[in-house]
Amino acid sequence: MSTRLATGGRLLDKARAVNFTFNGKRLRGHAGDTLASALLANDQMLVGRSFKYHRPRGIVASGAEEPNAIVGLGTGARFEPNQRVTTTELFDGLSATSQNHWPSLEFDVGAVNAKLGRFMPAGFYYKMFIHPRPFWKHVYEPFIRHAAGLGKAPKDRDGDRYEHFYAFADVLVIGGGVAGLQSALRVAETGAKVMVLEQTAHWGGRAPVDGGTVDGAPVEAFIDATIAKLQDMPNVTLRNRCMGAGVYDHGYALGYERITDHAPELDAPRHRLWRIRAAQIITATGAIERPLSFAGNDIPGVMLASAVRDYAVNYGVSIGDRTVVVTNNDDAYRTAITLKSLGLDIPVILDARASGGGALADEARALGIRVENGKAISSVKGGKRVTGVAICAQAGEGAVLEEIKCDAVAMSGGWSPVVHLWSHCGGKLTWDAERAHFRPDPTKPPLGASGEGFVIATGAANGAADLATTLADADAAGKAAAKATGHKPKSAAVPQGSASDEAPLMPVWLMPQGAGINLRMKSWLDYQNDVKVSDVQLAAREGFESVEHAKRYTTLGMATDQGKLSNINGLAILSDALNQPIPQTGTTTFRPPYTPISLAAIGGEARDEIFQPLRKTPIHGWHEDNGAHFEPVGQWRRPYCFPKGEESHRDAVSREINQTRGALGLLDASTLGKIIVKGPDAGKFLDMLYTNMMSTLKPGRCRYGLMCSENGFLMDDGVVARIDDDTFLCHTTTGGAESIHGHMEDWLQCEWWDWKVYTANVTEQYAQVAVVGPKARTVLEKLTSDDISADGLSFMGWKDLTLAGMPARAYRISFSGELSYEIAVPASYGRALWDALLEAGEEFGVMPYGTEGLHVMRAEKGFIMIGDETDGTVIPQDLNMQWAISKKKDDYLGKRAQERSHMADPKRWKLVGLETLDGSVLPDGAYATAAGHNANGQRETQGRVTSTYYSPTLGRGIAMGLVLDGPDRMGDVIEIPKVDGGIVKAKIVDPIFFDKDGEKQNV
Amino acid sequence: MLILECPCCGVRGEETEFHGGGEAHLKRFGPGSTDDEFHTYLFSKENPKGVHFERWRHNNGCGKWFLAARDTMTLEVFGTYSAQTLEPPKHIRDAITAKRPGWTWRDFS
Repeated sequence: MSTRLATGGRLLDKARAVNFTFNGKRLRGHAGDTLASALLANDQMLVGRSFKYHRPRGIVASGAEEPNAIVGLGTGARFEPNQRVTTTELFDGLSATSQNHWPSLEFDVGAVNAKLGRFMPAGFYYKMFIHPRPFWKHVYEPFIRHAAGLGKAPKDRDGDRYEHFYAFADVLVIGGGVAGLQSALRVAETGAKVMVLEQTAHWGGRAPVDGGTVDGAPVEAFIDATIAKLQDMPNVTLRNRCMGAGVYDHGYALGYERITDHAPELDAPRHRLWRIRAAQIITATGAIERPLSFAGNDIPGVMLASAVRDYAVNYGVSIGDRTVVVTNNDDAYRTAITLKSLGLDIPVILDARASGGGALADEARALGIRVENGKAISSVKGGKRVTGVAICAQAGEGAVLEEIKCDAVAMSGGWSPVVHLWSHCGGKLTWDAERAHFRPDPTKPPLGASGEGFVIATGAANGAADLATTLADADAAGKAAAKATGHKPKSAAVPQGSASDEAPLMPVWLMPQGAGINLRMKSWLDYQNDVKVSDVQLAAREGFESVEHAKRYTTLGMATDQGKLSNINGLAILSDALNQPIPQTGTTTFRPPYTPISLAAIGGEARDEIFQPLRKTPIHGWHEDNGAHFEPVGQWRRPYCFPKGEESHRDAVSREINQTRGALGLLDASTLGKIIVKGPDAGKFLDMLYTNMMSTLKPGRCRYGLMCSENGFLMDDGVVARIDDDTFLCHTTTGGAESIHGHMEDWLQCEWWDWKVYTANVTEQYAQVAVVGPKARTVLEKLTSDDISADGLSFMGWKDLTLAGMPARAYRISFSGELSYEIAVPASYGRALWDALLEAGEEFGVMPYGTEGLHVMRAEKGFIMIGDETDGTVIPQDLNMQWAISKKKDDYLGKRAQERSHMADPKRWKLVGLETLDGSVLPDGAYATAAGHNANGQRETQGRVTSTYYSPTLGRGIAMGLVLDGPDRMGDVIEIPKVDGGIVKAKIVDPIFFDKDGEKQNV
Repeated sequence: MLILECPCCGVRGEETEFHGGGEAHLKRFGPGSTDDEFHTYLFSKENPKGVHFERWRHNNGCGKWFLAARDTMTLEVFGTYSAQTLEPPKHIRDAITAKRPGWTWRDFS
């Protein structure tokens, strides 16, 4: 069993007890513990179940690479699934729950999958769930959906807050171990701005556990002294608990700082996302120990040798009383020596190398530890906990020589540099055959804007083996980064780290090397996703030869740990199966983030009212005060309707329309886009932009225009007013103002740059109110002495006037079919204009109406709406708007495109009105069915609904739609299926439902 | 995220300040052009691995369009220049040649 030792625990404050719960069980640890070390101290080795077979899973590692020990943390608004216990610092009140089991961690029904394991090899799902076809939808999919997913999604809204910080540095150092600190110091001494990120709470990395000396003193002294120096320098920013999450183009990097995860009582954001721009980035990210592939290597109690050592030295935790060490390199001997010196038993060290280890092996033997060279583990005994190992010869097929009782196994397959951050942005790797690992290829770094490399890997992340080489390498990296950023490195002495005299490692990808299928199918590569040696070999046999294909077929490295432990072992097995060298197989792509970061950190402060900028018209305050129900239109909030008391939205819309058609209504039209186009060539320019002719428009007049993309499709519409010979005011849709302004600038700057035209987007400079209804003129005449009579301001004319003492411009245009004036005033007068109109209109029962009333009234009149009748595939001809397309113009944007055969096809669906036979409202976006089925067995269609409303004016549903041969089929009845399975019959009619002759607006 | 320099206002900013606008130096084909010409103009765009010329707009800045020469593989930026030109200016072509001798792009080299 695992337990707390009486001595040791350099990171603990043993005077401070910390209480926490695991699956409801109350447990106790110390300040300084991680959740992993505290669980182990309480003999809680079993912490979860694997994804596919529901195998018992214990803690394997001590850091970010942990694949097994992931739990749900917290409760309610602070619940989060899939958190690694190894990187979770313990705090008082922490509550953790294990995942992926039912009904309980100890007894899991899903574990029956493990018994079926031989029937569920790689690609099982692909092969199994294909036949019979109908089974997928009704049997397989519901079952898989139930079983899929690791952990539970939080149900409550996130109770914490998050933020972004922006930072700029000459040099960003990722990793606060010995290498990171030394390189940071070298850079900082030159005066350059330096930022250092360390993902854990502690500086110095592995060095204090592994030991060694710098300039003759213990390495801890060097770490303390270097940190003290850096802390004193004003040009240095040090952040611990802050992971370098990703390296991106041109020196951009993300840091992920966990501010309150270890101390939820702090009044601070939970996570902070650092968005860093650095001229040079040093990755001093260390290395990760590899597991060995032997049968039963997933049984709880089998751990990385370095992790066993970490728990003993850092947290005073023993994994077991009797630990078998199995290795192919010298480093694991440190674990044996450490445990022995703590008084624990090491029954045997199994060294796969026939020639054995170097100086450390001699030291182990001197301590009386049995060392067996050329030996391996044939299989591990035990179920939920290791009970022993069977020993065999590494060179053989696994014949058992001896069984040894033990309760822990410490394994080491060598070390892989953490090359993720180097690789994120294109840094290439080279295979180091002697050390059997990929390390950064210094000749192929990620390139920056200038084409020069901007990332330097150093220390263990660069393949350095001991303190001597690490410090020399880090010193050089610091100097190189300083130089690359234009700083002059000081000629200081390189700290002398101790060298270690280690025998060469022997690559061991399978243990024993001739292991039969029975052993191989129990040799785990990916613990979380249950991928074994036999699965990768099967994938190779079935033709998944690319490492990327094999990964997806077997799910190797696709778990939440992204294969930090499994990838190199997996691709070595794949290489062996394909009989090709490892570098030829290559690695899968390393993608950011290094370990998962919270979605909320990415969102940062962008929540609720500051999720995005909100645009408000000058009249917005009145809408809020008068109960408007708002709808988002672009970044604006526009009133949908103004319900009174308990009134439903539909009733409110009907009331607003009836009042407007009957007497007088007001619409806040300020959001409408307004772009001034000015210059001697303005008319010529607008002739190119609109499908109709604008250059012939007379000053004082307005014209409705359509705008198409070069592809021929409708993109915007609106009324253009000619202000004077050189000046036009173009109205656009509310959502289109910015993009249409950009569109204009694109053509002016990039195609017709010699044309003398300027544009200005003045949308927010004016407030605009539509005064609509039979009483519109009467109410305005109360407020102005200017002539706005039928002759004084005729339909489609505009005029400057003084209205209620304000400078105003009246456009006599109508989107409702009523007598209508749109009054524009400088934005600062907007609210005063609104108030004046409300007061003057009181005797006519004036009411504001919202966007829904606007939509219904325009649909009653058969006016199209961009985004309803158009969807990016509709041309003006589809909408029977040939009248708005000039025949006289040689060219306009979209003209050539509309000549293409498909655009001129008479079978294109065309705009018509649709009237249901039963008066009901058609479902929005519904398709009209036709006879027959298409190649996919779906019903053929002959049209679709583009706008559909209840018309209070007509007392029935009205709709517009695009229908095959529509205009030639007036009176035909088509069938439109509803969502509930029923069918509505609708008659094809003229899209103008109301006042076809325009008698109401032409008064 | 790329860093680009706007040649109009001189600001060096990161990608979020700009908006990409596809291939540069397009010749517009309008009415009177053949189907092939028009199709090529509208849809057949260069997609090189290496030297490329692009349109960018400084839309969260001065609002001006400009052109950029860069390497789509290494993301190296050779230079940015005015949009009001029919071909890459000599100093840009020289800058590319210095880094990528023998480069060609459409009819330019």
